[in-house]
Amino acid sequence: MKKFMKNKKQSLSLLIIVMLVLPFVLNIYWLDVLTFVLFYVVLAQGLNIVVGYTGLLDLGYAAFFAVGAYTTAILMTTFHWSFWLTLPVAFLFAVVAGVIVGAPTLRLRSDYLAIVTLGFGEIVRILAINLEITGSASGIYGIPRPTIGSYVLSTQKDFYYLILVVAILSIIIVYRLGNSRIGRAWVYIREDEDAAEAMGINRIRLKLLSYASGAVIGSFAGSVFAVKMTAIAPLSFSFQQSVMILLAVVLGGLGSIRGVVVGAALVIVLPEILRGVDDWRHLIFGVSLIVMMVFRPQGIWPAKHEADDEDDLEEDESKDKKQSVPV
Amino acid sequence: MSILTVKNLKLQFGGLLAVDDLSFTVEKNSISSIIGPNGAGKTSVFNMITGFYRPTGGEIILDGDSLINKKPSKITSLGMARTFQNLRLFPNLSVLDNVKSGMHCRTKQTVWGALFRTKNQKTEEQLIEEVARECIDFVGIRKYTNRAAKNLPYGEQRYLEIARALATKPKIILLDEPAAGLNFEEKQYLINLIRRIRDEFNITVLMIEHDMALIKQISEHITVIDYGCKIAEGTPHEVLQDEKVIEAYLGKEDAV
Repeated sequence: MKKFMKNKKQSLSLLIIVMLVLPFVLNIYWLDVLTFVLFYVVLAQGLNIVVGYTGLLDLGYAAFFAVGAYTTAILMTTFHWSFWLTLPVAFLFAVVAGVIVGAPTLRLRSDYLAIVTLGFGEIVRILAINLEITGSASGIYGIPRPTIGSYVLSTQKDFYYLILVVAILSIIIVYRLGNSRIGRAWVYIREDEDAAEAMGINRIRLKLLSYASGAVIGSFAGSVFAVKMTAIAPLSFSFQQSVMILLAVVLGGLGSIRGVVVGAALVIVLPEILRGVDDWRHLIFGVSLIVMMVFRPQGIWPAKHEADDEDDLEEDESKDKKQSVPV
Repeated sequence: MSILTVKNLKLQFGGLLAVDDLSFTVEKNSISSIIGPNGAGKTSVFNMITGFYRPTGGEIILDGDSLINKKPSKITSLGMARTFQNLRLFPNLSVLDNVKSGMHCRTKQTVWGALFRTKNQKTEEQLIEEVARECIDFVGIRKYTNRAAKNLPYGEQRYLEIARALATKPKIILLDEPAAGLNFEEKQYLINLIRRIRDEFNITVLMIEHDMALIKQISEHITVIDYGCKIAEGTPHEVLQDEKVIEAYLGKEDAV
């Protein structure tokens, strides 16, 4: 483990190089799968802030994905905005949506909270089905391609790289937030809300901030999703979607950035690998999830909060520098 | 000079009058206690002072600031820290991270600072860590710095809660039964620790305690409450001779 820590930088850069080279190795099918893995990495990292760090169970997270996708789609089709300009607007709407779902739930805990967020997710989806501006049930199509200067992003590879950048960005954002006083405050709220309040942490403000931050990252994924697919429909933002994102977070390890990346990959790749066994694949996927949760409830790669080795209990006095504690 | 003034404090839960017209003051730099039989309303008083319960009536003033209708987090930032009767640590976090929580209200980096790792952010993070380590050293649990709080021995968990409260840089610290569950040696250590909190940090200490021996040793001023009313106050010597106190409290328990 220690060796790994030392080699962390190298392994990270190696991983990034592999990710950069992969499009030239993979066929179009697997490239598409990998692109969706990256979408899920972004979404799961965003939800990780809310569920993993702050401990607020959110069953309607796909709503923020929808907010981003629809904002971008509407602004680009109806108002002919540039893709890049739609992003800040999407973020703003996401913050508003985050506060809307956050505000009434501030005093609720666990199960009640889950039900309210579930309702919120459904409201957004049903609004999308029924509003004219969102194109009703058929959604919005003919979303233009984004451009960088005179280059039009249009191929599979282009979008793979675009979402790769977004994924790396969101990981950096979640990592940095997690290692700041704000991220720690979120974790304190998760651990013991009353004690956190007693320590001077304004839980109302910080919970809202948590919802808003998670929402912005979710909407970022949504905006990119809209231009990648060129068509969006309410079906993509169903309860099922929220559950799959939540699954990625729980499976990988709540609050663990690395774990959540692994979780996102599993949730997308596993069903694809199982395509060979056809009728059985949902059953096998389901059973493996159950087995996973029974034998490793903390997730595949859980967050670490204390030092690894037992022996530092004894040799402490001389030690002055802390062990790094990744969240 | 008094640092904390409680005036005509009243707390009603439906038909139950938990605290009735309670007034007392805590002198600056004193070690004071509130004692009383089980269910007398001591913890309710603490919860009102720290903002967890909203008093039905009365006034609470901390160093010139009224605490009525303020949130617990706001009250903490005004200079009041507390510990809980039943430990309320952040169980899965390391001792260091637990104590860092105290510095939250003394720092002000925003999302911006966190995302861009600004210079201010880095200085503040250093400060948070320094203060946290200082508090950990102060209560003597340095060797557990990187352990998860839940894995500490019970006594050390009590000290950790005190360290965490100290990290908020309070003017006054409220200890809710700090000696509960501690053995004799640990109690001696605690007595010494409470004295040092006052002497080295100049922090006023107000505590609720059942252990009479401990109270007699360190408390300079005692307020006795029973059924939510004040029945006596004064030095330990005066109070423990008071007939009402003996009747209400000591008569029922063989604490001395």
